[in-house]
Formats: sequence, structure tokens, C-alpha cells
Amino acid sequence: MKYFGLKVHEAHKLIKDREISSEQLTKSIMDRIEDVEGIVHGYVTVTKEYALKKAREMDKKIAEGEEPGPLSGIPCAIKDNICTKDILTTCSSKILKNFKPPYSATVYQKLEEQGCIMIGKTNMDEFAMGSSTENSGFFTTRNPWDPARVPGGSSGGSSAVVAADEALFALGSDTGGSIRQPASFCGVVGFKPTYGRVSRYGLIAFASSLDQIGPITKDVRDCALILNAICGHDPMDSTSVSADVPDFTRFVDKDIKGIKLGVPKEYYTMQIDDSVKKETGEAVTNLANIGAEKVELEMPYTAYALPAYYLINPAEASSNLARYDGIRYGFTYEDAENLLEAYKKTRSSGFGPEVKRRIMLGTYALSSGYYEDYYLKAQKVRSLIARDFDQAFKNCDVIVTPTAPTVSFRTGEKIDDPLMMYLNDIFTVPVSMAGLPAVSIPCGFVNGLPVGLQIIGKPFDEGTIIKVASAFERMLALDKVKPLFGSYVRGGA
Amino acid sequence: MKFEPVIGLEIHVELLTNTKIFCGCSTTFGAEPNSQTCPVCLGLPGSRPVLNKRAVEFAIRAALALNCNIVDYTTFDRKNYFYADLPKGYQISQYFYPTGTNGYVDINVNGETKRIRIHQLHLEEDTGKLLHVGDILASPYSRVDFNRAGVPLVEIVTEPDIKNSEEARLFLQKLRTILLYTGISDCKMEEGSMRCDANISIMPKGSKTFGNKTELKNMNSFRSVQRGIEYEITRQSKILKSNQEVIPETRHWNESKGSTTAMRSKYLASDYRCFPDPNVIPLETDKDWIDQIREALPELPDEKQARFVKEYGLPEYDAEVLTSTKELADFYDETVTLFNEPKTVSNWFMGELMGLLNNEKVEITQCKVTPQNLANLLQLIDKGTISGKIAKNVFEEMFKDGKDPQAIVEEKGLIQISDTAELEKVVEEVVEANPGPVEDFKGGKKKALGFLVGQVMKTTKGKANPQMVNKILGDKLK
Repeated sequence: MKYFGLKVHEAHKLIKDREISSEQLTKSIMDRIEDVEGIVHGYVTVTKEYALKKAREMDKKIAEGEEPGPLSGIPCAIKDNICTKDILTTCSSKILKNFKPPYSATVYQKLEEQGCIMIGKTNMDEFAMGSSTENSGFFTTRNPWDPARVPGGSSGGSSAVVAADEALFALGSDTGGSIRQPASFCGVVGFKPTYGRVSRYGLIAFASSLDQIGPITKDVRDCALILNAICGHDPMDSTSVSADVPDFTRFVDKDIKGIKLGVPKEYYTMQIDDSVKKETGEAVTNLANIGAEKVELEMPYTAYALPAYYLINPAEASSNLARYDGIRYGFTYEDAENLLEAYKKTRSSGFGPEVKRRIMLGTYALSSGYYEDYYLKAQKVRSLIARDFDQAFKNCDVIVTPTAPTVSFRTGEKIDDPLMMYLNDIFTVPVSMAGLPAVSIPCGFVNGLPVGLQIIGKPFDEGTIIKVASAFERMLALDKVKPLFGSYVRGGA
Repeated sequence: MKFEPVIGLEIHVELLTNTKIFCGCSTTFGAEPNSQTCPVCLGLPGSRPVLNKRAVEFAIRAALALNCNIVDYTTFDRKNYFYADLPKGYQISQYFYPTGTNGYVDINVNGETKRIRIHQLHLEEDTGKLLHVGDILASPYSRVDFNRAGVPLVEIVTEPDIKNSEEARLFLQKLRTILLYTGISDCKMEEGSMRCDANISIMPKGSKTFGNKTELKNMNSFRSVQRGIEYEITRQSKILKSNQEVIPETRHWNESKGSTTAMRSKYLASDYRCFPDPNVIPLETDKDWIDQIREALPELPDEKQARFVKEYGLPEYDAEVLTSTKELADFYDETVTLFNEPKTVSNWFMGELMGLLNNEKVEITQCKVTPQNLANLLQLIDKGTISGKIAKNVFEEMFKDGKDPQAIVEEKGLIQISDTAELEKVVEEVVEANPGPVEDFKGGKKKALGFLVGQVMKTTKGKANPQMVNKILGDKLK
């Protein structure tokens, strides 16, 4: 039997009814990986033996009478910037190619406690800097819908393996769109929770005031299940918030009559592909057809979000990445004459070009004489953007926009033009700057490639996002549409 | 040309919290290298700092004791630079909003009070420690001990109000006394829990423009601070006298050579690119909390000294010595409560007690004599049970084994002989045995009386009541 195509809640039912074992499910995933990973290249590390051992342990517990929870025995993939004890955690960087953390991230601990089976660590843009996974220090991940195209990024590996049924779900991280944009490109559901909702303890820092971990799943119900598992205050992360965590599955399959959908005109007048604009426009109409009420919005500071983001993000990154100096862990340049040379050689050969670019930008933005003009001014813009959203949410419950201005592009198409690449995040970055929750769900196709719809919510109101996303998903049933590996993959789809 | 030195000090003091500033690791000194570390203080990828409330409380307490204004909103900021003892590539410090500002410490310079202003006091994390084989400049490699990384520190920065090495020493001593009173640090320079850097410049006497300054590091005792400053003033004077310019730089004090060497130039000053650490949320210091900390402050040295003068009628000098540590002052206070003759008690403290403590290298906290026992001893003298001279011997016994003075006096039969008949008998014997001195005395040599009294004391093993002996002898030889 082929179980790899199951969703989390479907697999849970089968495990609960003792119809399949976690081992069978995990083996099926391993077979699938063997069949399609040669095309997708989504994993940096596959933890096959570890996963099978964990699955057998879970089966034993269930055989001994333990009632399986919603995630017991469910195989998942973890983005390679989330620390997993004694298992390689590389950030897809040469500088951490041999790094095995001595501790696990809080999110991973939580998943482990709830019985999840980690089957591997997924590829990403190096240190999560990028929108195509082409910036991985190791290899480029392919889009399962068209292997000539990128899966998006930086959580490209996580999105691709979920789309390709190489995991039942995955964890990603989102700094300026790194969950939502690849979810959009790969036709899966990607959720960035409110900043502070999920502990960042053990998430290797990129831009600390923006980073947030979230789920990448095959449908909205699975997304709610994973949010249930990972949200909550963590005493190890001072920025995590002790807000109540509702059961998010309660928001699935609910009526959305009377929900006010904010549609900011700025998001549809910026640089955006006509076809994407058309698909997302239709999505809004569809939502209105099932009872949502459309509200036109003005969010004048939207255009300043990206430039401000590209000051704050590199500034924090330049500092966060200072610790990779080759002294204590990771890659070390061995033949240095002195300390300064050791730093220079280690960092010059350990980091890739995009990482170096951001370190340079960030170092500049924080330098004495520039700090006020760049970093501080960007922070002021940031609060104006947050105010834009505050104002907007006085008149609506959620805001609906495209996730990205285009569908997936060809590998190599934008890699030599950083500014073009940065524009990928134009619709996701404002949300990150305001720390708000948002999801990307598939809303249509352009030339056989998925288009994503971004639904943005009020702080800590992930529930309403789930409600709208679930209603939309039920209407179009796009979660049932999968990439056609059949023609070129042994085993088929 | 005469020169006038301008000196400012930067003092780092490790706080006596049980755990580090951003994690739960122990702060105990002297543990096996790297045994008190975790992902947070090692700066491992993915780890996050969580602020220790106690460290903030200690910083506020110290700032209040130094008469500072306390900040009501603060951030914890990253100071970015590369060094092998700095695991994250940045140090978390209060760069923008220090805990305390505009404070002062009063010192006593030759009987005059001089005020040294405190520019600021801020809280930060300590770095790891580089260990070298032999001398830092000759060692082939460095090893890093991260036990110290993340230990909470306060850095205290003075205004350039210090004029010479002696004032620097007096200031440091006073600062240490105050901080020890507050209990926020053990201030051990030899263990590095108190460290002092000095910014030194000189200018022509009377000038208003400061000269180029050097920053002096690696002074591990009050004495080396004093020597280092003196050396640096001499060195700079020589440079200026030869019409050269002092190079602004950081210099390293070499204790064994007694000289300073250049470490790095200040022309290449680092740009620390400070910005608030997004992982540590800004802190609002609640006014009520600050008031609570203020109210819980102990009586500080200056107040205590003033009270000793006013309440006990002690001379300034006595009061200053007795308040030099909180423990000594508390011991004194308690003894006076039990034996209410403050000056007598003070004399015993400054003479006998502190003498023995110094000679035997014992801390007052380890002293076996209790305030009660000392008061008992003073009562025995007061009642005439023992003489002052005997009392000193008894006190030595008490100091050695912590016994009660009454017990020692009884055990050794040291009770003073005040029985006239008994004393007359001894005087009789002494007069008979020393005809020469007796003649001398009668012949007008008054000094001979002292010799005869001494003989009586010797015969009675010092137990004779000296006033009575004097009287009986005087009567007898009339």
C-alpha cells in the first residue's frame, strides 16, 4: 500500500483504528523519498534509521494500549535551521555543514513529545536568506510541479517535500515570507503565526525580530493540528507570548458569513503578474460568494515595507551571524596564521554570496553615522506599517492579498539579480514587519503552476485565518490536486 | 613645566547572583573550565537569552548606593565585535539606557572630603576568559574558559575627577567598601570579580584642555592600579617634555616588570554597531520596585560613620576605621550595645582586635571572639576583677579558642589581688629583698618606685592591683 499521499488527519485515523502502523507509514514515506527525491532534492539529511526506530517505538506503545494522539507516529520534515539534538543542523550553509547541536529546539521537542517521527531535515536558502532555495550552500531544490522551476524559499525544501508527498507535513520558518512564498509556489498550505506565538528557542537566528516558525501542510485542517502542537509560551524565549492557545481545529469547516475581507488596493497596483492578479481577484469573489463581505482598504505605507525590511533584516543578520567564526563549532579554516586571518578565511570560505551581501548591508546600516539614518529610520517605518494594519483591522477581520507577485520561476532566472529576487517578498514582508499571522493557501493555477492566496489576521487571531482558509479550501478542493510525477517517476503519484 | 594628571576609572564588578545573567548556569568561581556552560552562554546557534531579574535588582541596588538616578526604561543592546572570548560575536550590555547615571562617591583626602562623580553604572554580561601558557605575548596558543561568559557585571564609569594615584586608590577602596555593604559583589580583585581600567592623560597645570589619553588595563590589585597610574603619568610627562605627542592607545600593565606596553591604538577605534537586542524585550523598571530596593539598602559607610561620631561620640578617625567593613561595624555596634562605653570599645577594636585579625590574617566573620565575650571581658576590667594588662592576655586566649573570658580568668587564676593584707605581705618581701632601690628612692630617685612596683607585679604574676601596690609602697617608704 502507498500511504505517503495521506494527510496528517487521515493517517491519524488509520493509526488510531489500528489499520496501519507508524512503521508502515514511515516506510512508505521512505519509499517515496527513494522514488522522487532524485528529482526534488528537498532533503539535506534523511534520518531513515532514526525514523524507523522511532516509528517502531511508537507502534509498541500503541500496541501496549497507549491511545495515539493526533500526531502519534506521523512522519514529518524539519527545516534545517531548527536544532535537532545530535542530528545535523546545517542551515544549508558550508559553515555549519558538520554542526550537530547538543540540544533540540522547543518546537521539535514538542513534536517529539507528541509522537511525531522526524524523517529528515530540509534544504533551504543558506541561513534562510533567499526566495528560491538556490542560495543553499549544497544544492538547489526543485519544484515538484515543474522540476525546471524553483520551489520558492527560503523554506523551499519543506514546501517541496510536502507537495511531493515526501513528508506528511513540515516545519518551516518565515522571516519575510519564507513559509508563505514557497507554500504558494508549491501549492501547499503555509502558515506564519503571530510573532511570539511559537517559541524560537533552537531556531537558528536570521533576523530575530522577524523570524517565526510555522507549519507547511497539505490542507488547512492539518495546519490547525500542527499549530495546536507548536504554539504556546516558552520560558526559554523571552519574546514568546503567554496568550491563550485555542484548539485551532475548532475553526475548520465553519461558516464565514459576515466575515469582513479587507482588500488593500496597494497590493493589486504594485508590480504583479496579471494572471496572478486575476486568480487572487477571483478568490476574493469566491469568498464573497459564500458570505464574506468585501471591504476596500488603503494602506499607504505598504510600498515602504520592502526597503525598510532590507535594512532591519540585514542589520540583525549581520550581528546574528557574527558567532560563526570557526572557533567553537562548524567549519574552521585550518591554516590561519593568526586570529584575524582565521576569522577572515573561515567566514570568506564558509558563507555564500547572499549571506555575505546581507552581512555587508547590515554592518553598513548599523555603523556609526549611519545608524540613525538607516536602522532607526527603518524602525520608524516599521511602526508606521504596523499602524497601517491597526487602522485596516478596524474595518475588517482578515486581509486578503496575493502571496507572491508571480508563480514559480525558472531556476537561474533571478539568481543574478538580487533586487528582482527581493521583490518576491513584496506582499509577505509588510505582514512580517507588523508581526502578524498569515497563511498562504492554493487559490488557482497559471500554466499548471500553483498560485497562493495570502490571508492575514489580527495579532493572535490565527483562528479567524483558519476559518476563512478552510472555507475557501472546501469550496475549490485544490488540496486534492497534486503534482503529476506519474510520467517520470517510478511508483507514480 | 608642571603637569596635572586627569584620571577616570572604569570598574567592572561581577554580581553575586547564583546564576548567570541570561541562563541558569552557576556563577561559582574556580570550577573546572567550561563545566558551567550551556547552549545560551556558549552562544550556540538557536539559543536565546532570558534576563535574570536578580541581576537587574543588584544593578539597581548598586546604582542607588552610588547615589545615581535610576532609569525607568531600558533596553539590552548588542555591542558587536570579534574576539575569541566572546561566543556570540557581541556582548549584551546597556548601551543606550544605563541603569544608573549622575551619581557620586565621597572620599577622604587628607581629612578633606572630595567628591568623585559617577558618570554611569550599567549592567552587562561578562565574556569568557582566555588562558595562556605563561605570558600573553609569548604564549603559542590561547584556550578559552566560558564559565565566566554570561556572569552578570556592572560597569561603573567615573567622571575624570581623579587627580593622582592616591586618589584613585582611595576611591577604589571606598567604592569597594560601599559595594561590599550592599552585598551585590564580593569585589575580589585577585579573582577578577572586581577589575579596574584607568583612563589617564596629563595636561599643563591650569590648562582646560585635556591631553591625549591612554587606557590602562590588567591591573589586578589596588597597589597595581596605583603603580600603573604613577608609571603612566611619568611616561606621559617624559613624552610631553620631549615635545612629542602621547599616542592614544590601550596599554597593558605588566606587574612583574612594573611598566606598561602598548596593546592597540585608539586611532583604529572599533565601531561597535550597537543596537537593541531583539531577543531581550525592553524593560520598564517599576517605581515601586525601585523604592523597595532603596528601602532594603543597608546603612551605608558614610551614614554609619556619621552616626558613630554623633551617637557614640567617636573621633572621625575611629568612626572611619570601624566602618571600613560592614561586618566590623556590626560587631562594634553589637559590642557597644552590651558594654556601653563606646570609646573604650573602640580602643579595644582598633588596638587589640584589629591587631590580632591583621597578624593572624583572620577575617572578622571568622573571628572566634563574639561581641558578648568581648563585652564580658571589658566588664571584668571595669569591675576590677582583672587588670587591663592581664585582660590583653585573656583576649589572646579568647581569640585563639573562643572561650568566655570569665572561664579563662578562673581557670588560670588570673583574678586581680586587691586584698590589702596579702599585698602588704608581698610589698614587705620586695622591700627587704631590694635595699638598694629602696635607698635610692628615699634619696630622691622617684624612678626607683617604678622598679619596686614592677617587682611586686612580677612576684604576683601580674595579678596585683597596680593602684593598690602604688599606694601601699608609697605609704611604706615615707
